[in-house]
Amino acid sequence: MTRVWVTIALVAFAGVVIKGVGALILGRRELPERALGVVALFAPALLAALVVFQTFGATGGGFALDARAAGVAAAGVALALRVPLLLALLLAAGVAAGIRAV
Amino acid sequence: VTDPAAPRAGDETFRDGLRLAWPLFLPTAISGAAFGVFAREAGWGTVAPIVASMVIFGGSAQFASASVLGSGGSIVSTVVAAILVHGRFLAMGVAISPSLRGGRWRRALESQAIVDASMALANRGDGSFSRTRLLGATATQYVAWAGGTVLGSLAGDALGDVETLGIDAVFPAFFLGLLVQELRDRRAVETALLGAALALVLLPLTPPGIPVIAGSAAALLGLRRR
Repeated sequence: MTRVWVTIALVAFAGVVIKGVGALILGRRELPERALGVVALFAPALLAALVVFQTFGATGGGFALDARAAGVAAAGVALALRVPLLLALLLAAGVAAGIRAV
Repeated sequence: VTDPAAPRAGDETFRDGLRLAWPLFLPTAISGAAFGVFAREAGWGTVAPIVASMVIFGGSAQFASASVLGSGGSIVSTVVAAILVHGRFLAMGVAISPSLRGGRWRRALESQAIVDASMALANRGDGSFSRTRLLGATATQYVAWAGGTVLGSLAGDALGDVETLGIDAVFPAFFLGLLVQELRDRRAVETALLGAALALVLLPLTPPGIPVIAGSAAALLGLRRR
């Protein structure tokens, strides 16, 4: 159990440092002009990578093709048809759950 | 037709942030409960999973910790795995710092609100972020995640099973919904395609965390001159 508590403390500390170190170094300074172009594109890059990782990532690492992909694809079609986001999310869950129930 | 779940230009308050993250509340709570159950089965007891969710507040790092420790891995390898999956927050901290308030320590404290969905929801698309939207969106997810873990640790799968309910398809679908709104111009589309391709290629080859960091690096396309 000591191992668990030590791990929780270290992982939490690492997270605090990782999230805070950018602000500690930059302080009140602004980013240089050219970096703003990178920051502006950060959201599409991150979101695209997250979609891939959370759709195809296997537990513990690696690639997996399962019911998630069908659910996300269904949501993608719904979003393309301008269906509201909440409905698209329900559809994603429903399709993935339905495939697993068969 | 505007989607009430989509961020708009005027959405600048903490309440807007709370509301924008609302579609994630139930899926996050159910996933938090799943962590509580998973960690308890890995021998963590009932209190440690709750504390972990409150102080780590990161699903991938927490599941990685519980599974590496549970399979007999060392503390060092567990912490390294967690650092890898948290690594992308380093770049996010740099990106958001100018949008935060106060001196370096205040900003470092506010940076603790960084999580994937909140960063995306706070993004204004011009290189700046809405600080209040970030804090609000994170508050919604924090309550759901920690509260869900309390339920899962004490009551088991009371909210239902993540896979049976298809909850694991909701998160990528949510990020896809946010991504669609980010595709404002050709540069954004090119960046997203490159990011997805990098993540897909690296997924079978690298430990968890690396595909997302590499995919995010597609933002470096922003260094090109217009």
